[in-house]
Formats: sequence, C-alpha cells, structure tokens
Amino acid sequence: MSDYNFAYLDEQTKRMIRRAILKGLAVPGYQVPFASREMPMPYGWGTGGVQVTAACLVPEDRLKVIDQGADDTTNAVSIRKFFARTAGVATTAHTAEASVIQTRHRIPEVPLSEDQILVYQVPIPEPLRFLEPRETETRRMHALEDYGLMHVKLYEDIARHGAIATAYAYPVRVEGRYVMDPSPIPKFDNPKLSMAAIQLFGAGREQRIYALPPYCDVVSLDFDDFPFDPSKADAPCALCGATHTYLDEVITDDAGGRMFVCSDTDYCAGRQAAGEAAP
Amino acid sequence: MTPLLQVRDLGKSYGRHIGCADVSLDLWPGEVMGIVGESGSGKSTLLACMAGHVVPDRGQVIFDTRADGPRDTVSMSEPARRMLGRTDWAFVHQHARDGLRMGVSAGGNVGERLMAVGARHYGDIRATATDWLGRVEIDAGRIDDRPATFSGGMQQRLQIARNLVTGPRLVFMDEPTGGLDVSVQARLLDLLRGLVRRMGLSAVIVTHDLAVVRLLADRLMVMKDGRVVETGLTDQVLDDPQHGYTQLLVSSVLQV
Repeated sequence: MSDYNFAYLDEQTKRMIRRAILKGLAVPGYQVPFASREMPMPYGWGTGGVQVTAACLVPEDRLKVIDQGADDTTNAVSIRKFFARTAGVATTAHTAEASVIQTRHRIPEVPLSEDQILVYQVPIPEPLRFLEPRETETRRMHALEDYGLMHVKLYEDIARHGAIATAYAYPVRVEGRYVMDPSPIPKFDNPKLSMAAIQLFGAGREQRIYALPPYCDVVSLDFDDFPFDPSKADAPCALCGATHTYLDEVITDDAGGRMFVCSDTDYCAGRQAAGEAAP
Repeated sequence: MTPLLQVRDLGKSYGRHIGCADVSLDLWPGEVMGIVGESGSGKSTLLACMAGHVVPDRGQVIFDTRADGPRDTVSMSEPARRMLGRTDWAFVHQHARDGLRMGVSAGGNVGERLMAVGARHYGDIRATATDWLGRVEIDAGRIDDRPATFSGGMQQRLQIARNLVTGPRLVFMDEPTGGLDVSVQARLLDLLRGLVRRMGLSAVIVTHDLAVVRLLADRLMVMKDGRVVETGLTDQVLDDPQHGYTQLLVSSVLQV
C-alpha cells in the first residue's frame, strides 16, 4: 500500500480529472476532454472508469465494481482488487452498501441514492461516431445542436428491421441540449438514467469525461409513431423469479437448452436469500 | 420587389492567387442564373462563397430571409447560416457522392433534411420520401436501397430530391450534369427544368456546358480569371457575344 499514492494516480492528475468531472456536471452530457493517463491495464478494460473512480475515492469509501451486472467476472474482480490494493478502501458486492460503484454496461436494479456515485466505463463516448467519422465535424454538430443525423440512424433501423433495433448504447438527449451515448448499457436501463445518484462517464482511450447530475432530464430519442421501448427478454428469472429485471440468456447445453437469469447478480442473490424462488 | 439574393463586391483570394474578385449580382425570385467559364475561372469558388461553404475575404451575400427580410449571410452567425443551408437553400454537388450519404438508404437520404428541421413521425417522413423519389423518377421500390447500388444518373436525381424535399427557395448547382452521358444529361435537364418551373425556384447554376445554360438559365454571367467579363440574358449573350472571351467560348462549341 505504501508503495502507491492513494488510489494509484498522483494528486495533480486527480485534480485535473476532478476539474473535468466538475465541468462535465456543470454542462450535462457535454464531453469534456481530459489528459487520460496510461493505466496498468489495456484500453478497453475500463481505463477511463478507473481514472474517474480514482479521482472520486476517499479513504472512507466503500467500492463496488460490476461488469455486465455481475460482481464476479474478470473485469470486475481485477478492478476491485486494484483499488483494494492501491487505495486500501473497503469493497462490497451489495449495491445499497456501496458509496462508489464502477460499472461496465449495466445500471444496478436497486435504485441508487443521493450519497452514491455511479462511474461508467465508456468505450466510445461520441454518439455520432459511426454516422460522421470526422471529430472536428461531430464537435461542430454538438455545438450547433445539429442532430438530424441521429434520427437518420433510427430511421434506417426502422426501414431495415421494422422497429428501432438499437438495443444498447441507445442515444439520449440530456436536458434538451446535448445528445449523449449512455455507454453500452441495454436500452432497458435508459429510463433509470434520471436518478438520485451522480453519474460519471469516463472514456480512457478517447480521453473524454461526461456526467449526469442527480435528477437530470434524460430523454431517449424516438419517433412519434415508433416510441422508445425499453425491451427485455420476455421471461422470468430462472433463479429468483423476478419479472421486472434485465435478464441474461445462458446457454446450458448443446441441445438448445437455455435459461434466463438476472444480469444483476447481487440483486438476484438478495431475492433468493429473502426466500423468493422461481415458481 | 426585393431580389432574393444580392451579391456585392464578393472577393476571395488564395494567397496571391485570385479565386474571384469584384463580383456583384442580383437574383430575383423565380429566376435562374447561369455562370459559365473555363476551368479555373473562379466560378466554383464564387458558388462556394455564395453558399457559405467558403468564407469570402470581401463583400456581402444578402439573402431575403422569410423571417427577417434581407440579411447578410457572410456576417450571420453559423447556426443561422446552417439553418438556412437546410431549409431555404439547397446545394447540388457535381459528384453525387459528395452530396449523398452513401451508407444510408435512399429514403434516409431524402429524409435527413426533414429530420434535421424537426420531423419526428416515421410514417410521414417515409411518405414524403416516397413522393419525392417519384418526382425524380426513381422507382419507389428502391427506397431502402443504398445509393451505392444506383447508377450515376439516379444518384444525381436522388441528390436533387434530397435537396428539394424541404421546399427551398434557392438552389446552388455545381455542374449538375457533369460526368453523365448525353442521354442521361438530357433527361436530368428536362427534370430540373420541370422542377424549377413548377416550384418557382431560384437557382444559380455553375457549368462549363453552354447547352445546359441555354436550356435552364434566364440570365448568364461569363467569368474569366476570377472576374465577370459579360452578363446579360442567356440568348442575348450566346447569340450575340460582345466580349472576346465569350466569342471564343461560343465558337468553341462543336456543332453536330
């Protein structure tokens, strides 16, 4: 522990990141550039989220890390260990007990409270990236609120698939101003983006931080005759019987066997412990 | 009556080289103006300056806006200029690829301007797109095909549909028939003439093809080395050219 500065990054770097975070909170949905550091893990493994978490952590914090909703997958385990070692903070798997939660691709099922921070790992922060490859042009489009192109993507979805087929990284408009990529969370989670907790988004490779302050107005883009639909698999959880949670499909054999289970492992375990079981 | 577009002493230099200089013109509602000249005479630079794609060094481009009357678009804020660019103005590029989104279906291409100005009803957008494909003689069954699968002439017609869908009042065209074979050119010109007359559009057409301006333009401007050397009614300029360069230009056309 004594070999590292608290939470790995040096204090100047953390100050720089905190400034970017504050600016992001002041301009919800705006992508703030920051000088992303090399972290002891490859890009794509959450270097952005880790830097934001490092800048937010204080010694009294209790950290939870999830990857696709699960506490026990490689990415979650290694980042949790990383901070247990470099910051010496307590860790937990229980959503309600955590003060800082770093997440990859999910929002926990338990509603978060005002004294919690949710940190997202973001691979590609620019919602317009695959429509307009030039960074200079996308920045200008954000500045001028030139967002017609975003609807062209949704139009193409309907023309080709008969419905808006975008199932994750579903674009949202924040406070009637910036169009934002909510990181690759399933669109099932989009309605939860207006929440009590502070939400911070860190993209390490792309060197961008953006944020949603508590109770922010977040609207998923759609058409009048094709309204936004936060869909999920049409089945109850095979372990806890929940019908209101986001489900993972698990292939169980080579003969087409499958089961649907809650993607939020902590929530599912809690329900099983409380005596809720599959019917 | 106020002119739709007034250009005053417009100039643009690239270092010491003159792009265009001292160009003034008035374009009246419903009028089609042709600009001809050889390659490098500054006609494309002039068009780009008028359409706001290039910032001119000098001069004014005053457009008669619907809301506020005549306003200088050079000194206008960029959001306002962009708004003009997707509502009252249209720009048809020489190469359809520059004006189309090649990865987006024909319907999406036509619908983009509608969505950019706030259309949010899929059914309506699609109906309008279908209607416009019909108007430019593209089979409605191709609405979900990408422009990459279209022929050159179809791409150009799709580009025109995409530009005219919001009912602009002023269209800038940069060599709209360039690179197309003669029979396709004739069909496109016929279509353009019909659309321009029916919608009462004003247009500025840049071309080096005198046949195009003879068919489409009411008035003609001849450019050489960045300057206007002769202007007048199209038939007058073509049948009785006064300036030496215009005489050369007219006499260079091959007679079949």
